[in-house]
Amino acid sequence: MTTHFFGDTAVLLGRSLRHIARSLDTIITTAIMPIAFMLLFVYVFGGAINSGSDSYVSYLLPGILLITIASGISYTAYRLFLDMKSGIFERFQSMPIARSSVLWAHVLTSLVANLVSLVVVVLVALLMGFRSGAGVLAWLAVAGILILFTLALTWIAVIPGLTAKSVDGASAFSYPLLFLPFISSAFVPTATMPGPVRAFAENQPVTSIVNAIRDLFTGQPVGADIWTALAWCVGILVVAYFFAMATYRRKIS
Amino acid sequence: MSTDAAIQVRGLQKSYKKLEVLRGVDFEVAPGSIFALLGSNGAGKTTVVKILSTLLKADAGEASVNGFDVVAQPAEVRQSISLTGQFAAVDEMLSGRENLVLVAKLRHLKGAGAIADGLLDRFALTDAAARKVSTYSGGMRRRLDIAMSLIGNPPLIFLDEPTTGLDPEARLEVWDAVRELAARGTTVLLTTQYLDEAEQLADRIAILHEGRIIVNGTLAELKRMLPPAEVEYIEKQPTLEDVFLAIVGHE
Ligand SMILES: Nc1ncnc2c1ncn2[C@@H]1O[C@H](COP(=O)(O)OP(=O)(O)O)[C@@H](O)[C@H]1O
Ligand SMILES: [Mg+2]
Repeated sequence: MTTHFFGDTAVLLGRSLRHIARSLDTIITTAIMPIAFMLLFVYVFGGAINSGSDSYVSYLLPGILLITIASGISYTAYRLFLDMKSGIFERFQSMPIARSSVLWAHVLTSLVANLVSLVVVVLVALLMGFRSGAGVLAWLAVAGILILFTLALTWIAVIPGLTAKSVDGASAFSYPLLFLPFISSAFVPTATMPGPVRAFAENQPVTSIVNAIRDLFTGQPVGADIWTALAWCVGILVVAYFFAMATYRRKIS
Repeated sequence: MSTDAAIQVRGLQKSYKKLEVLRGVDFEVAPGSIFALLGSNGAGKTTVVKILSTLLKADAGEASVNGFDVVAQPAEVRQSISLTGQFAAVDEMLSGRENLVLVAKLRHLKGAGAIADGLLDRFALTDAAARKVSTYSGGMRRRLDIAMSLIGNPPLIFLDEPTTGLDPEARLEVWDAVRELAARGTTVLLTTQYLDEAEQLADRIAILHEGRIIVNGTLAELKRMLPPAEVEYIEKQPTLEDVFLAIVGHE
């Protein structure tokens, strides 16, 4: 039945995109928290933070984009959870379709929904004074990193989506992910942090991803950060995919 | 065992951790018949249906559906069945028509729109076709659910407790739908906790109790199993409920 994989995935993707289009509030909700953080940090704390950059919005945006994704994927888990709970997942699995297309449709939907939220957040940042001299290639590189990061977190979200017993359980996993940016270079330079915190901040994935995107936005040469960032994204993606697939196989056998 | 049975189940066993749910279930369903699997809540009816529809693997035993082994040929099994689960598996965010079109496309059929319109008409859902399913009543939802299962005319349909939670009127509508299905030659395996439902619809009834099929026969055969003395005392014919309670033991 693998011959139908692409066709079935396309049909199911169409279905989930309809869901998104009919619940645009989920996209808005996804974007609201990161936008609120951005307003808070720029207009309330920003004056007191010495980021070493002329525009704090521009300094902040990369971390805000990662928070947007971390908040967006909880809806991925939620949508998958609803399918599991409503019995429609079982209906699909009992039909003559490429079974894994059910999962892939959710993953691709997550990607589309998060990209829309990211665009909304970038537009708000532009209104708040974010400017970038990045060229087309640099923007493509930023998009590439964000897509990889979304896919990595999406595959993590698939696991609670498949196994959660309640709505809260399906989305609670994203809270720690939301906090990682706070202990990174997203809001303040890591050099200001005390020793152990600094060590953690400098060696966790968010810092390298934030630094790479920041360098791309400001048109500076990207150093080793981009390779560390890519390694983290791909590493998380592979591990999460492996565990998500194992969970999925246990569910359908 | 005959080889042309629509469903053959032999020695089926399934446990969830320590809980032994099926302890050797055997039965056969003739093509084109309505077979009722009767059992109280928690008897294991859904477990049997899930194994037969390739959603769950049995620990032991064999099962074939339309001549295909559920373990060795799951894709062929899925091609030849439809499952209407215990809870209406419809997409709440889509309209009734969109639900039907979705299933028709997933079954790789041509003319999905025309198929959807035909079924909407047949199940008296045309007026509600464009409405979101979240606004449907329980009966409408169940009718849509069954309509979705008919797409592609699979020769065998599983209906897991199709009327549980429905009001009496909606229940009669579902019964009519099941009778119509059988009239068209579709084999139906129906599970139910309601004795009158089995009595009304089924050609054969099997009672699943404590992990085994303890009785399997036509309604007439089951009625004959009652002690004759009891028949003399009561004026009306014994209901299936009397048979069930007599066999299962009543405390
Ligand atoms: N996934 C599961 N894990 C553990 N126990 C289960 C699971 N599914 C069903 N059971 C238990 O197995 C028994 C039979 O369940 P089920 O087949 O759903 O019965 P029925 O459909 O006849 O009500 C019940 O006691 C139920 O609680
Ligand atoms: Mg059940």
